[in-house]
Amino acid sequence: MTWTPGELAPAPGAAPMSRMLAAQAAAELKLVLRNGEQVLLSLVIPLGLLVVLVTVPFIPVDEGSRADFFVPGVLALAVMSTAFTGQAIGVGFERQYGVLKRLGATPLPRSVLLLGKTLAVLAVELLQVTLLCLTGLALGWEPRGSVLAVIALVVLGTAAFSGLGLLLGGTLSGLTTLAAANLLWFVLLVLGGVLFPVSRFGAAEPVLSLLPTAALSHGLREVLVDAALPLRDLAALAVWAVLSLAAASRLFRWE
Amino acid sequence: MTAAAPDVALEVRGLVKAYDGRAVVDALSFSVRHGTVLALLGPNGAGKTTTVEICQGFRSPDAGSVSVLGRAPRDPELRPRVGVMPQTGGAYPGLRCAEMLRLVASYAASPLDPDDLLDRLGLTPVARTPYRRLSGGQQQRLSLALAVVGRPELVFLDEPTAGLDPQARHATWELVEALRRDGVTVVLTTHLLDEAERLADDVVVVDHGRVVAAGTVAELTSSGAVGQLRFRSRPELDLDQLLAALPVGCTAKESPSGQYLVEAPGDVDPQLLAAVTAWCATNDAMAADLRVEQRSLEDVFLELTGRGLRT
Repeated sequence: MTWTPGELAPAPGAAPMSRMLAAQAAAELKLVLRNGEQVLLSLVIPLGLLVVLVTVPFIPVDEGSRADFFVPGVLALAVMSTAFTGQAIGVGFERQYGVLKRLGATPLPRSVLLLGKTLAVLAVELLQVTLLCLTGLALGWEPRGSVLAVIALVVLGTAAFSGLGLLLGGTLSGLTTLAAANLLWFVLLVLGGVLFPVSRFGAAEPVLSLLPTAALSHGLREVLVDAALPLRDLAALAVWAVLSLAAASRLFRWE
Repeated sequence: MTAAAPDVALEVRGLVKAYDGRAVVDALSFSVRHGTVLALLGPNGAGKTTTVEICQGFRSPDAGSVSVLGRAPRDPELRPRVGVMPQTGGAYPGLRCAEMLRLVASYAASPLDPDDLLDRLGLTPVARTPYRRLSGGQQQRLSLALAVVGRPELVFLDEPTAGLDPQARHATWELVEALRRDGVTVVLTTHLLDEAERLADDVVVVDHGRVVAAGTVAELTSSGAVGQLRFRSRPELDLDQLLAALPVGCTAKESPSGQYLVEAPGDVDPQLLAAVTAWCATNDAMAADLRVEQRSLEDVFLELTGRGLRT
């Protein structure tokens, strides 16, 4: 296996950004879909939960159909699972394995790396939303409201959860991130208005309703059930997004 | 900071880095000429990795300056021009070997052919194996491939052959030699003396964060060297008579019986060899197992850094 002279002659140069981004996003998406725990967290659990919650009446619903109440909540859970939990755990272990450090020594700009991750998150969310909506419709869900308002909520929610995920995964070790992200996923599942409205918590409601999961699930219900424009929830998510992304960009450690 | 000479690819001056008040790199200076291979040689914990990580822009020095291809280490313009092989890790655990290499190749404008590179490094059989299931040696070779696939001008290899079997070590060495022939500058850290001896144009011996010796392998092994000539013959030759026939400054001893050692300042030259064998001939002594020995890089290294074990 000898090398021909000139074969390794330097020819340095960065690829066009578009090519880097496409390759990075494809790789990130592959990693998510190949990761069993992440598929479980992002697809299997939300889908199973939706079917069980709608068809088995062990959690009473105040008014309207069970599907109308639970589809928005599970959509919020799905966004949280992918943008926050999955991303935090992924980034935590990538740091631990020295991946991000290694990529830091390649022509890939950090912005393209993060944009690639974001595109992969959005692609998974598209898959989740499609599957959950189809399942919801099959279970008798009757959505109302504006699609644009739903997209705005999901995009702002994704930004807020991504910021929180990068903050967690970018500052703690892989295993600590794994534990913290899963714990927070469960806490927010219970307290975030996914299973029952935050109003059930009485005096704690004003605080709990500001949690990103609660704002997203409540906002989605406002749009999809009442065809309203949930400005307060949009504002809460926007504040979470700005704060978490700013904190992540300051505190994120690449190794 | 004055500009480095144009033929210098890497210039490190007065570098200092301390962790918790302990200097890991202590006023280190060296430079690497374009298109040459420099080995940073030193025992574990000598400060080699910290030094290269500062050069790669991963760490900031406490003092001193580094110029990489005439630029500051963190200059983004350097990224396509410099290839880095870290000591461990550096790949997505869930990506397959070939996927990881193709991904990094896709960052470069005119990369090497990833499949060909895998083949050259013996990784084709594991091309579809996820990174986390590769053996340590396979991960090392992939890491080497990742460092060179973008066709950089300067490559940092941090202990490139640590843990490799002899075949993989030779494949790595061949690649480094081919890089050098094609004009790529290579900075490698190692504690393997045969590696430095075989690959490096220049060696910088580092210990406790300082340069303890620097020069070509030949310079390091010949400076202050003592040439040694060993032979076996019948016991109790008259050594005083032998020494009288040799140049001034030589010593001779018999230990154990019948084993002779002649030492000469500098190298053993043909004249000395001829003088010893001629003397043996006139004394009807058969010199068997005649060996000329020179100080190896290992002798120099152990002299410079001591024989105590490093923690």
